[in-house]
Amino acid sequence: MSRLFMFEKPLGMRDTLPELYEKKHQIRSVIAETMKLWGYQFIETPTLEYYETVGAASAIADQQLFKLLDKEGNTLVLRPDMTAPIARVAASKLLSEDLPVRLAYSANVFRAQQREGGRPAEFEQIGVECLNEDTVSCDGETIALLISSLKKVGLPQFQVSIGHVGFAQELFMQILGTNGRATALRKFLYEKNYVGYREHVNSLQLSSIDKQRLLQLLQLRGGEEVIGKALDIIENGKGKQAIIELQELWDVIKDYGIEEMVKFDLSIVSHMSYYSGILFEAYAGNVGFPIGNGGRYSLIEKFGRKATATGFAVRLDMLLEALKEVQLENTAHCIFFSGERRKEAFQLAEKMHGQGKLAVLQDITGVKNLDAFTKRFNDTTFLIGGSGNE
Amino acid sequence: MNNNLTIAMPKGRIFEEALELLRKAGYKLPPEFDDSRKLIIEAAAEGLRFILAKPMDVATYVEHGVADVGIAGKDVLLEEERDVYELLDLKISPCYLAVAGLPNTQMNEVAPRVASKYPNVAEAYFRAQGEQVEIIKLNGSIELAPLIGLSDRIVDIVSSGRTLKENGLVEYERIVDVTSRLIVNPVSYRLKDTRIDELVTRLHEVVAEGGSSDENSKNI
Repeated sequence: MSRLFMFEKPLGMRDTLPELYEKKHQIRSVIAETMKLWGYQFIETPTLEYYETVGAASAIADQQLFKLLDKEGNTLVLRPDMTAPIARVAASKLLSEDLPVRLAYSANVFRAQQREGGRPAEFEQIGVECLNEDTVSCDGETIALLISSLKKVGLPQFQVSIGHVGFAQELFMQILGTNGRATALRKFLYEKNYVGYREHVNSLQLSSIDKQRLLQLLQLRGGEEVIGKALDIIENGKGKQAIIELQELWDVIKDYGIEEMVKFDLSIVSHMSYYSGILFEAYAGNVGFPIGNGGRYSLIEKFGRKATATGFAVRLDMLLEALKEVQLENTAHCIFFSGERRKEAFQLAEKMHGQGKLAVLQDITGVKNLDAFTKRFNDTTFLIGGSGNE
Repeated sequence: MNNNLTIAMPKGRIFEEALELLRKAGYKLPPEFDDSRKLIIEAAAEGLRFILAKPMDVATYVEHGVADVGIAGKDVLLEEERDVYELLDLKISPCYLAVAGLPNTQMNEVAPRVASKYPNVAEAYFRAQGEQVEIIKLNGSIELAPLIGLSDRIVDIVSSGRTLKENGLVEYERIVDVTSRLIVNPVSYRLKDTRIDELVTRLHEVVAEGGSSDENSKNI
């Protein structure tokens, strides 16, 4: 390896400079406050987890995990998501009373880059998990909370697309019969390769009606009408459970009054293999990647307790990107002072801090370029020279 | 957000054919298109903006969302494995990826070497054949590699086979057929669904009319 320059950071690692930090902090606070109002309690989990437990349970590809060894030779991972650690805590501690538990987190997760830049290897996720509660109301609650959070941070345009893992799976099993054949077809959906999907369907020994049913799956996106279309292509009740849940979810969403921001898309298949029911993704204008995603999952079972949960995570880096045009107001005030009036300056600063105002104390002799420095502030006060004259 | 579509187009031969498809599909595109050196061309009346990119880069622009839609060869999609929707086979610029080399030669047994502009496709192909090969990445004139002893085989695009023939190379195996595809960014696919669905429908009609005997075109 060539010698590193002093300014270099490991691939995909990023600094957060003051301006960005402030904006990120504000967004995080707004979302966190919303989550708390809805009764979600924040928790923290360790940055390092065992590869064998949390690493294996997580749905992030193995080559994306940062791995290291502890002194005993166990493989550790930097947590690649927060859902698996929370499932671990929940299964071992929090679910002992068999009641619904509402948790929230905001934490950095780590996923090694596989390709070129443009993607951070460490980024912050803020999210919730509603554990041990398997009603559709709860699925609706997390979607409503996601939408409420995004609205409160002032995101101008966004959409949540909802799908269901069970629908495509049941449809494939019913028409194709074996899991192997269903998996082959699902792979095309997962790879978003609709050309390949259609070619594969047409190459199968199936009746033209069955082929049509499989091809129509790709068209199942839009508003409430999708439910009816989906019912048309299922037979023998297979896949019906998914549709019943989505219909119920739509009613919940209407009662929240958020149907404008929501669409169905039954072709969504997540890379998160642990999803077991309703799942969703959030998209915002001007960002090429989803800003958040979530759904119902059975991951807790991997940690030894039979329970499902539903939740979502928002990527703060993507959200910041979507909010690029939202400018923060500069309220910073600078008090320049010289030795003679230092005490007066300190008293003024103390008073302003007491009022919750941002005030910087700056010894006038410590600044070389006063003009450039002054520009950084919204307002200034000069307490310089003999008392009385500013 | 505005409802304009940004379309990433590959420069060169595919561009001409794609342009013709779009015109047939009823999109009114200014004539300056055909011989412009500009990298960004507006078709304001249609609410379209075209960016002209290297064919290999089209999928990159679309994945990052700076272009909503793109036209990319299947070879690029296989090599790059970008997270984009592949919605439509435009059936233009047909060719295929193949393994070629000097006639009547065997690959080196100890360290078989394969030169290609498509290192990922080449590696995946030989691995699937149960062979571990060493890949040498080249950016063009791949046919040189076996001629001057850089590699035993090459993996490259073949359309007429003329280049291979003129350089005294023969095709050993055909890997996969290639045509150009319409690709879409996953976020644009959701947020600009009306416009994209319209584009897909109109292009599909033109592609199907193109005398395609392919059965799947009926079923979109």
